[in-house]
Amino acid sequence: MPPADSRIRVKRQDNITQVEFVDRNILDEANIQMIGEDISRLIDAEQNPKLVISFANVEHLSSAALGTLITINNRIRTRSGQLRLANIDPQIYEVFVITRLNKLFQIHESVDDAVKSLA
Amino acid sequence: MTDAHPTPDSARLLVINQPGHIDRAQDQIVAAAERHHYPKASIFALRLSLQEAVSNAFRHGHKDLPPSTPVAIEYDVADARIRVAIQDQGPGFDPSSVPDPTLETNLEIPSGRGLFLMKAYMESLTYNASGNRLEMVYRHPGHEPN
Repeated sequence: MPPADSRIRVKRQDNITQVEFVDRNILDEANIQMIGEDISRLIDAEQNPKLVISFANVEHLSSAALGTLITINNRIRTRSGQLRLANIDPQIYEVFVITRLNKLFQIHESVDDAVKSLA
Repeated sequence: MTDAHPTPDSARLLVINQPGHIDRAQDQIVAAAERHHYPKASIFALRLSLQEAVSNAFRHGHKDLPPSTPVAIEYDVADARIRVAIQDQGPGFDPSSVPDPTLETNLEIPSGRGLFLMKAYMESLTYNASGNRLEMVYRHPGHEPN
């Protein structure tokens, strides 16, 4: 589990780790670094990690957040795991489209859909 | 953050690279844009571009300077357009040297998307000759260019 002052909330169900963000804005570089470290610890704690990241509360994000997602994706792959993104606001999804990262990540409408895709 | 010439819709701000400083500057400019009835999509574009511009100024422009070295932000918000200039005290850079992050070979590289996103969301981005001052202009979606 992440530390008490973590900027993420974590739920574990059926061998799938679900992460959501505490903050509406994922902009600040220090916070983004902390989020990356917390999620990396979750990945490293498992063999073949299955991770769903929900953006349900997120209204703004920066390129530093995208970079952290790429680093997380690369880390999961090295551990033969799988990453899904879910609940992305249309404006934020547009950022993924502009940067073509919608081609790199598997993005689902809802956490339920993302979890089903990992079953 | 210091506020040298505060006015409701235009000002020159000095921000240092500390938690809260960049946020407060962003909030001040966003508040001015909201007073001028810029829609939610514009606020999204503005906040994202401000974040990228100031982050780049500190991460790249000020990488060899003390953390207390301020970045200057000048903004002017009008009904038809928003103009923001960000100036760092570093040696500058050549924006044309930044590779296209959407190329297949660059997709998995974690960095290098800030400038690309600003170009996508702003009407114009202009660097000075030395590359340490960026001026960006955003046009209100309801206003045609003159």
